[in-house]
Amino acid sequence: MDPTTEALINLGLPLLLLVATYFTGSAVERRHYRSIRAREFESRQLPAITFRTLPRRWEVVGSGLVSGSVVISVDYFKRFLAGLRQFVGGRVKSYETILDRARREAVLRLKEEAAAAGYAAVINVRLETARMANGRNGSGIAGLEVLAYGTGIKLRHGAP
Amino acid sequence: MIHSNTETIPGKEIVQFFGVVSGSTVRAKHIGRDIMASLKNIIGGELKGYTELLQEARNDALVRMTEQAESLGANAVVNVRFSTSSIAQGAAELFAYGTAVRVE
Repeated sequence: MDPTTEALINLGLPLLLLVATYFTGSAVERRHYRSIRAREFESRQLPAITFRTLPRRWEVVGSGLVSGSVVISVDYFKRFLAGLRQFVGGRVKSYETILDRARREAVLRLKEEAAAAGYAAVINVRLETARMANGRNGSGIAGLEVLAYGTGIKLRHGAP
Repeated sequence: MIHSNTETIPGKEIVQFFGVVSGSTVRAKHIGRDIMASLKNIIGGELKGYTELLQEARNDALVRMTEQAESLGANAVVNVRFSTSSIAQGAAELFAYGTAVRVE
């Protein structure tokens, strides 16, 4: 292979990926945020709270564990941006949004599971984040997992 | 068997404690899911294969914990906690633990 084609492949392919994922990545993110906002509005009647104790006036007739989880990955462009950030420091916005999306999605799935099981509220909601490595020595990020779990509450009168 | 991640089962009273019960499972992702995931790693977005894998694994851990609690004569597990640790490339341990109790 002559040097010019080799250079073209070595530089061109990552550049092409950067340009492509700049558009696809932000489109995926916008669509996800739209869906998150719509579902958060729909499920606003079912409170998911971090309190451990219940309001005194609630008449509990049943309870059970509910959870929601999601594994999400950043795109090529965002990973590249985050890599650049390491030189100058400061806010890594591209990772902030991925964590925000994952947490809100996990809570929404928790709420959806709770609603499907007939629970009126979820108490003691806890969020846990885990990183899935993809490097041989445990480095790199294959995906971020966020788990939301809590105790679903059934009430005598339905809604709280 | 009732599970709860609070110290009590809401609306019920704990009459007997049986101590800590736990369940764990170590899972590896398979190659098909891996290829899909590495593509998704470029585009970004949810890695559905991994989400399902971890969900199944966590359910297994819960089932094992429940079996242990049942064998002790408990009818509920309170204060359930989950933990995930990635122990090697492509393998993760899912762990669930809690306190087995009898409630009335």
